[in-house]
Amino acid sequence: MTLADLRPGQSGEILKINIAGALKRRLMDMGVVSGTNVRVEKVAPLGDPIEVRIKSYSLSLRRGEAKNIELEATLLP
Amino acid sequence: MTKEHDSGNQNNKATRKTLTIVVAGNPNAGKSTLINAIAGARLHVGNWPGVTVEKKSADFEYQGRRITLVDLPGTYSLSPYTQEEVIARDYLVHEKPDMIINVVDATNLERNLYFTFQLLELGIPLVMALNMHDEAIQKGFRIDTEKMESILGSAVIPTVATKHEGIDRLIETAIAFADDPDRHAPCAIRYGEDIEAAVKTVLGVLQEYPQNNSNRLPKRWLTLKLMEGDELVVKESGIPADAPFLMKATRHLRQAHGEDIEALMADERYGLAAGLTREALQKPEKRKRELTERIDAVFLNRFCGMPLFLVLMYLVFALTFTLGEPPMGWIEKIFGWSGSIIAGLWPEGSESLLKSLLVDGIIGGVGGVIVFLPNILLLFLAIAILEDSGYMARVAFIMDRLMHKIGLHGKSFIPMLIGFGCSVPAIMATRTLENRRDRLTTMLVTPLMSCGARLPIYLLIIPAFFPPAWHAPMLWIIYVIGILLAVVTAKLLRSTLFKGESVPFVMELPPYRIPTPKGVLIHMWERGWLYLKKAGTIILGISILMWAMTTFPGLPDSDATRFEKERQALQAEVTDKEEKDKKLTSIDNQAGEEALRYSITGRIGQAIEPVLKPLGFDWKIGTALIGAFAAKEVFVAQMGIIYSVGKANEESETLREKLKSTYTPLIGFCIMLFCLISAPCMATIAVTGRESGSWKWAMLQLGGLTLLAYALTFIVFQTGSLLGVGIR
Repeated sequence: MTLADLRPGQSGEILKINIAGALKRRLMDMGVVSGTNVRVEKVAPLGDPIEVRIKSYSLSLRRGEAKNIELEATLLP
Repeated sequence: MTKEHDSGNQNNKATRKTLTIVVAGNPNAGKSTLINAIAGARLHVGNWPGVTVEKKSADFEYQGRRITLVDLPGTYSLSPYTQEEVIARDYLVHEKPDMIINVVDATNLERNLYFTFQLLELGIPLVMALNMHDEAIQKGFRIDTEKMESILGSAVIPTVATKHEGIDRLIETAIAFADDPDRHAPCAIRYGEDIEAAVKTVLGVLQEYPQNNSNRLPKRWLTLKLMEGDELVVKESGIPADAPFLMKATRHLRQAHGEDIEALMADERYGLAAGLTREALQKPEKRKRELTERIDAVFLNRFCGMPLFLVLMYLVFALTFTLGEPPMGWIEKIFGWSGSIIAGLWPEGSESLLKSLLVDGIIGGVGGVIVFLPNILLLFLAIAILEDSGYMARVAFIMDRLMHKIGLHGKSFIPMLIGFGCSVPAIMATRTLENRRDRLTTMLVTPLMSCGARLPIYLLIIPAFFPPAWHAPMLWIIYVIGILLAVVTAKLLRSTLFKGESVPFVMELPPYRIPTPKGVLIHMWERGWLYLKKAGTIILGISILMWAMTTFPGLPDSDATRFEKERQALQAEVTDKEEKDKKLTSIDNQAGEEALRYSITGRIGQAIEPVLKPLGFDWKIGTALIGAFAAKEVFVAQMGIIYSVGKANEESETLREKLKSTYTPLIGFCIMLFCLISAPCMATIAVTGRESGSWKWAMLQLGGLTLLAYALTFIVFQTGSLLGVGIR
């Protein structure tokens, strides 16, 4: 499952990023590294992008980008 | 950016005259506030060479030492991503400053420390400003700075930049460390065993590597970046990322941990940051629901988020253009008054060229640009408040879905909105866009948002040709055409000229903070000053050129004598004063029309008449359109002169009557359409040239929009004529 599958309030642990290049590097620089917990906070009023909480700060990204972030299969409510 | 000392001379304690200290850190860590607290009004703003990102630095004396403080753009990583980050990275890597002040947000330690570790690897002495310390304490955080110092091997000074706390200690420590490099023992950052083994091998090869482009880069840093395959370092060092010795050294690493060494290193760095955070930071057991979350629960709410956003945008718009009105009036008065004072130096009725140049050309031209200053300052004030409070990131968050559809980023929305007021500040507002392709696209299409200066044209034309019931819908149609064209053009540009993947949205949503008045005002003034400087140079030049084109060569002597004779005859024949004044004005107006027809602009207008014919335009409209390049509203005044009604504004009924009897409603509509789309005013072109860093883009904007205007007006006029629409 990926970060794009989570609904607001749900969280998961990052397994890996399934893309290469500049976007991957940026995501890693912003703290999207394996083993980190990430929780979806909000969806923008128009349905995209989403806001997530990671490393004690708020990060926003598009669903299309969140699809590339693979999570451990365990789901917390 | 010159340093007056020799950086190799590290051991000569306290003999160096000037210290160069750079301030680096993550965005939103309070860097600007800290810089303002240290340097205050001494900061001077310029542009980084070759790019238009603002560069700030300050020179000042501190206890007899000359210090140059350089403000670097906010950065998340030394593997740069945005244009601003490339600048920060290049400065740190190539300019070798004496000292880094690393501003760290105490409430967001882990991610900030990730950058700190990268800075430490550069081997430049570093002092950390643990900023927003009060906020951290308020949250119940307990940060053990001594432990941080012992782990990092650098000084860690708690600061509250907004309250000027810790600033003196920070500067003193930074100077002391810069003077005595021995005091600075940065921690040796050690990665996992496998990585270190590879590093050792690569370092060994690099010592004897024949290429010496890379000699200026710190060796260990170079090694790490080469292993990561950092594109900039590969380019700078001339060592390919797949050089055999690199591949050989990292073979075991890749076998054990997978091919992606870059990800491995990022993991390790975050591991270090997490470890240090665990050691030094104690958080309260239960996390309170933060203020930011409560505000966002309303402002980003599914139902009220959008309406609140629209209200706020309306307020920005209203603030800019309503509050700006009175001071605009004052500026107009001041310029009008100084114009008449200068005109008064000549005897009444004199036709001095110098007078005309000073009054009509320079004072009129520059005044026409300075008059936007209140608008621009207010707009920058509003933007500074939105930015400093943290709402700007939310604007992008809310609007991204729509903007993404036309290939742009959520942040492009603000400039396009401002474009309804004036394209000049709108184009300056594109500075908040990180990606160059996005920024250029936004700049090029922004003039399609119908600006305030085009309104007088619509207000003149619409009542002249259309029945009252049509007035409002007509105006609305014109505005909507502009918006639709901007959308289509943006999409077109992004899929042709600025082709490329759409920019990822990945962006921090910083906590809301109350902006400090000082910070906001400094921000506003810095940007306003850049605008003034532009008005004083390029726009002054174009004003003079436009003046010359409508003035020269002036009426031929024979005509001038003829009008003079008519005037004298009138003086002699007519006795009734009122009638005499009326007839005199009529002669003056005719002389004005003749002079304009005879001027360079008028001649160009007549020369291009065949080209304009298919649009339904005659040479008179052509001449007025050339004048409109100085400023769109000049179109109305020029039409007034050409139709011998003297000084006209959009309320002039006489001019409307003349237009109505000469042209059809279809032509009226075509005039509005052409004015909406065609070449924006000279100020817009000038600002696009400056902001894009290349006149090429300004010329593309000028040519592209004019061509688009021509094509569309052509289609509308020809179709309309064929179908017999709007031909009375």
